[in-house]
Amino acid sequence: MTFLRVVWLVMRKDLLVELRSREIVYTTMFFAVSCVLVFAFGFVREGQPMGDVGAGILWIAVAFSGTLALGRAFERERQSETLRALILAPVDRPALYVAKLLGVLLLMAAVEAIVVPLVALLFQAPLFRHLAMLLALLAAGTIGFTAVGTLFGAMLSRARSRDVLLPILLYPITVPVIIAGVRGTSALLQADPDPAVARAWLSLLVSFDVVFITLALWTFEPVMTD
Amino acid sequence: MQRLFLPLTLLVAAMFAYAPVMIAQAPYESTMLLVQKIFYFHVPSWFVMFSGAFLCAGASVVYLAKGSRNADHYALTGAELAVVFGLMGLITGPLWARKAWGVWWEWDVKLTLALVVWLTFVAYLLLRRYGGPGSEKLAAGVGIFGAANIPFVYYSVNWWRTIHPKTTVVPTLRPGMRGTFWFCVAAFMLLMVLIVAVRVRLERQRALVDDVFLDLED
Amino acid sequence: MNRVRSWWRVLPILAILGMGPVLGAVVSAQQPPPQPKAAQDEFVPIDQLPPEEKLPAAPLLIAAYSVAWLAVAGYLFSIWRRLDRVERDIADAGRRLPRT
Repeated sequence: MTFLRVVWLVMRKDLLVELRSREIVYTTMFFAVSCVLVFAFGFVREGQPMGDVGAGILWIAVAFSGTLALGRAFERERQSETLRALILAPVDRPALYVAKLLGVLLLMAAVEAIVVPLVALLFQAPLFRHLAMLLALLAAGTIGFTAVGTLFGAMLSRARSRDVLLPILLYPITVPVIIAGVRGTSALLQADPDPAVARAWLSLLVSFDVVFITLALWTFEPVMTD
Repeated sequence: MQRLFLPLTLLVAAMFAYAPVMIAQAPYESTMLLVQKIFYFHVPSWFVMFSGAFLCAGASVVYLAKGSRNADHYALTGAELAVVFGLMGLITGPLWARKAWGVWWEWDVKLTLALVVWLTFVAYLLLRRYGGPGSEKLAAGVGIFGAANIPFVYYSVNWWRTIHPKTTVVPTLRPGMRGTFWFCVAAFMLLMVLIVAVRVRLERQRALVDDVFLDLED
Repeated sequence: MNRVRSWWRVLPILAILGMGPVLGAVVSAQQPPPQPKAAQDEFVPIDQLPPEEKLPAAPLLIAAYSVAWLAVAGYLFSIWRRLDRVERDIADAGRRLPRT
């Protein structure tokens, strides 16, 4: 079975299961919305948002919902022991990683489609000014965050204390993604937007993605098998 | 290593006994005077932290590639060293900074990078302790990712800071200080070698005992 | 014996419940704290500071070196203690070996 066919089959399985219950999608989206609302209560004073917090809040909401989505995605696998079945299958193990990664990315795209307009609305942030650049930053950043998170989530699905260990492991490693994402988005949101700076941050994000997806593909099999 | 251990221990002890003498005799730095002398222990502790981090990452690669348990022992030792000496650096740094810069903390490149790397290896140790069986392999993945992350954190924090420039007072080494500095670096590095030897041996014994218990159960 | 055990269980709950009213009284009596200015914006070289602002360096220096020594000593001690445990486990395993 070719690599892409395995990816497609596993993704299809995940999507079908998710479409029937829509549990992860709804709960993650609602979590992202409540996250942004909580920040609104924290950072909006007398009806005006403080400074340019829009960029930071957007990326924090993405990071928190991403962590939640990753935890839930692998929790489902663990409950039915399907992850072990998948790994026992005579297929390329990295294909499983890619399938999981794409599945979580689809979910995060749906969540971000809600969060970006919400942040733009609540924090009066002109997020739609340079939409293409913003989407590029969001895409590259989410890919980087999810790439590391999918590997760690898969690794931890059989470990104890997995719920709290995932953020503990994930956040220090994804610090560059957060910094680059927030700074890039800030450059687009400021009064005098600077697309050149945003492009520089985008290039950092893309190189992060390349390096860490490669590393994840290399380490997925040795880490998941004994 | 067995035969070298005692002479090495004596050497390290002697170096650490002599170090305060050298430090007291080193010339004062012009703006920071006495408090700058923290630097003679502060910087070597960061050297040991990064060495520990790279030891952990390298040993993790070997462990994942070859499944060698010995490599795993070295990885754990590297992570523990990184955490202990990183903590030392994180405490001595602000003590120095409070006097030299007036603030306890600054989002400077070196400080932020050190903090993030330290956090990564604390996470490594937490995973090994609380992750349950099989967490050695998972932790090896974390070690590798943590080390691969270092250039990215460095560049991202560097760009972050240069857009908002801040003056930082970083001393340039005068000749009288250089000798003392490198002496302290050598002392710390030798201490690190000693600790690695002891800690790996402890880990090997623990693994042996676990094996014995497992055999007894059969 | 049972009475002692349940007393230990009830005491922490009572303590937490008791803290509620105490905390409430403390909070309502407080003034809002003054907003600190960002320290980095106030960077002034040491020789230009007024004398009251100059911190004595010696306590900081001594604290820093103590931290370094204590960290190393503490780590070595923790290794020593773990060695102890391993030796006890080995002795234990030795005792459990079938006598041949």
